[in-house]
Amino acid sequence: MNGVHDLGGMQGFGPVDREANEPVFHADWEKSVLAMNVAALTQRLYNVDEFRHGIERMAPAHYLGSGYYEHWFASIERLLTEKGIVNRADLDARIAALRARPAEPSPRRDDPALTARMLQAVRAGSAAKSEATPAPRFRAGDRVRTRNTHPPGHTRLPRYARGHHGTIERFHGVFTLPDAHAHGHGRQPQPLYAVRFEGRELWGESAEPGHSVYLDLWESYLEPA
Amino acid sequence: MGGQHSSEPEPYVTLRVRALESLLVEKGLLSSDVVDKLVSVYENDVGPMNGARVVAHAWVDPAYKQRLLADGTAAIAELGFGGRGGGDKMIVVENTRTVHNLVVCTLCSCYPWPVLGLPPNWYKMPAYRSRAVLEPRQVLTEFGLELPDTVEIRVWDSSAEVRYMVLPERPAGAEHLGEAELAGLVTRDAMIGVARVTGPAPSR
Repeated sequence: MNGVHDLGGMQGFGPVDREANEPVFHADWEKSVLAMNVAALTQRLYNVDEFRHGIERMAPAHYLGSGYYEHWFASIERLLTEKGIVNRADLDARIAALRARPAEPSPRRDDPALTARMLQAVRAGSAAKSEATPAPRFRAGDRVRTRNTHPPGHTRLPRYARGHHGTIERFHGVFTLPDAHAHGHGRQPQPLYAVRFEGRELWGESAEPGHSVYLDLWESYLEPA
Repeated sequence: MGGQHSSEPEPYVTLRVRALESLLVEKGLLSSDVVDKLVSVYENDVGPMNGARVVAHAWVDPAYKQRLLADGTAAIAELGFGGRGGGDKMIVVENTRTVHNLVVCTLCSCYPWPVLGLPPNWYKMPAYRSRAVLEPRQVLTEFGLELPDTVEIRVWDSSAEVRYMVLPERPAGAEHLGEAELAGLVTRDAMIGVARVTGPAPSR
């Protein structure tokens, strides 16, 4: 979707604002959100493409006015309630109860077996690479053109790179297609390529000198040029 | 959610997070020790010191460097690093006198967790994500890195489950240092590509 998350090439956000000696987390609730997401992904309550699209479905003003872990939380909350894993009314009731007694700590509950599974999952990583072997249509050095397409759902072809010519840099293997996987249409694995675009091709006369951009793009995003 | 409560004070988010967390714990989908352990992993075990070891090893061992550039995933796994947040494939891109690489994720905030840990805020915010692909030289200048126009800038926009890390140039003046000392010079920013690695401060 042509959402506000698709930031590449936008202007007006000012300088890059850096924090010296930044801590890994800025608040305890961020730690909970990280753990919730790892736990949910690992237990396949949703997949990572649904998760990213959940962030993209945030209201634009909320997206721009909030940070990374709030984005995560918005998507986690939306997906878990949409999928019925957490009942919306139960969640609202719990929020109201906590608001009435904000100082009351949540009871601690440990689950060593679940913890062991989570740590194993963190070590093992994800599984978007597929063993499926459709032969790649393109080879390194081939000229391609990205499709000029504006799907309303999830896609990983950013707006700034649509309808542009590039060169296949390398074939990565066959990977889950996020456009399908984010919407419950299975993995539909496709060949994935690193594609090189010259700065002038993307940005015309505004391009800086000696500058290129590489994107990882699925085969159906590309046509021969 | 979907409301426009960006101006809500933080306790609002805190409250919602606590509420959802407590329901997930009751359902057996989360536990207090899961939170503690995962936080500990990313606060103590997984961070830029891992990537720094990869870089330093590549600087002192040419055969390893060759393997690292040919198959980043396998070479990084040789040192024991990998797992969630690494996507399914790690690619290491080398900075040279004529090529400078820079990593970004314009669509979200993909980042090579196993070697760099969790990303800093600036990497996740709109300013960097919007500008890195359009005006990388200007962005690098703000980071204090002015590159001549003869140096080609390659920006890697991480749009799939492939994660990129930059192999910075070995600094001058570090010839006498061992691998561990070299690793101590390598910064997170150099492995994202917004900085160079500088040599040790000259002894006086």
